[in-house]
Amino acid sequence: MLIAAILALAVGTYTMRLSGVLLRDRLELSDSLQRLLPMAACALLAALAATATLTEDGGFAGMARPAGVAVGAVLAWRRAPFVVVVVAAAASAALLRLAGIS
Amino acid sequence: MIAVGGSFGAITVTYGLPTWVPFLMSTVVFAGGAQFLAVGLIAAGNPIAGVLAGLLLNARHLPFGLAVSGTIGPRLRNKLIGSHLMTDEVVAFTLRETDPVRRRRTYWLIGITLFTSWNAGTALGVLLGGATGDPGTLGLDAAFPAGLIALIMPSLRDRDTRLVALSGAAIAVLLTPIVPAGLPILCALLGLLVLFIPRRKRARRQGLGADPARIAGGPGTRPVETEEASC
Repeated sequence: MLIAAILALAVGTYTMRLSGVLLRDRLELSDSLQRLLPMAACALLAALAATATLTEDGGFAGMARPAGVAVGAVLAWRRAPFVVVVVAAAASAALLRLAGIS
Repeated sequence: MIAVGGSFGAITVTYGLPTWVPFLMSTVVFAGGAQFLAVGLIAAGNPIAGVLAGLLLNARHLPFGLAVSGTIGPRLRNKLIGSHLMTDEVVAFTLRETDPVRRRRTYWLIGITLFTSWNAGTALGVLLGGATGDPGTLGLDAAFPAGLIALIMPSLRDRDTRLVALSGAAIAVLLTPIVPAGLPILCALLGLLVLFIPRRKRARRQGLGADPARIAGGPGTRPVETEEASC
């Protein structure tokens, strides 16, 4: 199941990449669709980030994780490098847990 | 790119998925956002949602392909190999060049560099992630969403995209306790509906900061800005 899922995703992704390249003269995408696709992508990733931050097994994930992610989000907004964002988020959550806040 | 690939590798391992999963995905899928999304949903126990969401996320490569088609090269072999190297970053860098020869060189150079560093990063992440014990103690559970936010931040600077993304995220969080794992993420697409709230009403709420030309244009009149679309 796992390998089938990965291969399905790979084949589908490659098909979309290649068909744009091969069908350039024969395919016309509307402007609004071209505008909506990146937004749809963004909405999916934002939803994944939000649910991974706040929930665990359908319930609330506790305080430490959202607090850590918030630190990371502020840094990302201030254009900090990717590594700094990720490490700061993890370190903040870890320190809060060390202090007894979960 | 090495850092992003590294966090992908580490996160996959800490989710408890087999070691070969991140390696296979980074080579055959080679799309950052979709890999994170698919791994998150597969780990949540819903691989079908993982595939669907990942494909939806990668649908943006279709317009990308239309945009760089003339750049990759005339031969079919170029197109077959070059297509696999297509990512947001490659397209953004390529379209920045105006000279056709430099464009083509940029596409291939950046494409191959990113493919290499993405896979090297994944391997590094698997090694580091496998070495750590409980992911909670090190705060790795916070690293994953923070990394995602960093990835989509450039796109979030666009007001409409931000509105759609935040609405979608809110819908997903609210639905999580109610519907099966994986579905809340797909429901985030309902966030696109905020674009159909009449423009004038939103413009008034946004006040003086709004650009009148953009409001008058309405959806669809603005060209796709690939540099913004770094999801």
